[in-house]
Amino acid sequence: MSELKSGSNLEKVLKAGHFAFTGECGPPQGANVEHLKEKYSHLKGMVDAVNVTDNQTAVVRMSSWAASTLMVQDGLEPNFQMVCRDRNRLAMMGDILGVHAMGIRNMLCLSGDHQQFGNHPESKNVYDIDSMQLIALVKKMRDEGKFMNDKDIDVPPKLFIGAASNPFADPYEFRVYRLANKIEAGADFIQTQCIYNMDKFRDFMKKAVDMGLHEKAYILAGVTPMKSVGMARYMSKSVPGMDVPDEIINRLKGAGKGKVAEEGIKFALEQIEEFKEMEGVAGVHLMAIEWEHKVPEIAERAGVLPRPVV
Amino acid sequence: MIVADRKSLDEILWMVSDCNKILIAGCKGCVTVCNVGGMKEVGILASALKIARKKEGKPLEVDEKTLERQCDPEYVEQIRDIYDDYDAVVSMACGVGPQFLSEAYPSQRFFPAVNTTFFGGATEHGIWEERCAGCGTCIIHYYDGMCPIARCSKSIQHGPCGGSARGKCEINAELDCIWDMIVKKKMEQGRLDDLLMVKAAKDWRTARDGGPRKSIREELTK
Ligand code: SF4
Ligand code: SF4
Repeated sequence: MSELKSGSNLEKVLKAGHFAFTGECGPPQGANVEHLKEKYSHLKGMVDAVNVTDNQTAVVRMSSWAASTLMVQDGLEPNFQMVCRDRNRLAMMGDILGVHAMGIRNMLCLSGDHQQFGNHPESKNVYDIDSMQLIALVKKMRDEGKFMNDKDIDVPPKLFIGAASNPFADPYEFRVYRLANKIEAGADFIQTQCIYNMDKFRDFMKKAVDMGLHEKAYILAGVTPMKSVGMARYMSKSVPGMDVPDEIINRLKGAGKGKVAEEGIKFALEQIEEFKEMEGVAGVHLMAIEWEHKVPEIAERAGVLPRPVV
Repeated sequence: MIVADRKSLDEILWMVSDCNKILIAGCKGCVTVCNVGGMKEVGILASALKIARKKEGKPLEVDEKTLERQCDPEYVEQIRDIYDDYDAVVSMACGVGPQFLSEAYPSQRFFPAVNTTFFGGATEHGIWEERCAGCGTCIIHYYDGMCPIARCSKSIQHGPCGGSARGKCEINAELDCIWDMIVKKKMEQGRLDDLLMVKAAKDWRTARDGGPRKSIREELTK
């Protein structure tokens, strides 16, 4: 095994060739630590790392680094998310040093949803740098030990660098190139947007494999089980860049009263089975939105337990 | 050009509520072209203010004058003889106008009648769109003449973001995603490689972030 970049559990699991399984937890809209702990307690031992969202959908929440720190203290491994919407480069670099100091070792670099979606649409949008430049910045800080201004860092932060990829946004033909670009910029691992259109994703992965991208970064396929027909409809209509084929909505509808959630989980499990075999897919990123307590059951039924200890 | 929108009548009435006599100063520059602050609009605002104040039982005397430009000390002089005859002057120029007037006539009060919005142009009759954010370091040669700084809702230099769908921006289904346009043009021209490199972070010092800006042309200052 070549030298570890960050020493995070996620990095070790992936490097050792295991099929990774990551989860997600959104911090509370308040300082309710008990609520947060209750949510992530369900994920302990079930996943290799837990994504901690950063003012997700532009709604103010407990900061991602603080929630990530609480997780570290409780023995879970966070995947600290940072968006470009709310911070300029000074704040970003300060937080990157800060999270490393707090024992955080994974970081996902994102553009972030525009603030218009959230609960403070009046705010100024920062976008000093974009997600591509953020990836490159974290890499520079880690590998060169330098700030953006080329000045030396006294103890560089060692982070396993993640990026997102949405194969379902437009223009489709460009998406794989954008993924390549993020990997070129320094992404060690990729987590995709929730996948529902499997045909399109198969095609996307084929293109990625043809370009050899899976050999340069670990690609984790995004899965979000549908809880209801309403959720499927909402995602299909109101979430930009989300592709929910009618057949999924019809399948959920057909499940009948009281059985929709189970049907949603079944579809997710089928997806996970396919991802295990799909060339170029190194793991699954399970985003069980406000459904954290279901993660143990899903992990169990998906046959990904126990999680490897490396 | 600089594009602006007229403020609501209520807001302007509120600004001049303690006045008995005002001057409305229009501008023959950009705001005339975008039909918001030229001679015609000065006349319309003057009548509207007079009617509204008459209804309130507090008649307002309003004079009209449209300057050649309000962003030029030479033309600002066009009200030198009259500026002091009023309780306030309402400028219909872009945000530059009231400031140049204010600097030239320290004893008078100047109010804006428009909200200055952006640098752009008319894409259809009656519709103006933003094209430039005046960032001070133009980079649109990388993007075949399209500006992601002004026209992408996130000003990203590596797009489109994950919210781009069917050519539209994630924030509004009516808004074109400029990155979709940039990528499509590059693809059509077979020059996608142009986009496959990581661009350095932008130096925002030349934009407003570096503080108020000044442009000095030595050859003209002599
Ligand atoms: S890059 Fe800057 S100067 Fe050029 S069009 Fe865009 S905002 Fe204007
Ligand atoms: S959808 Fe397009 S224009 Fe809108 S923020 Fe994303 S890249 Fe920018």
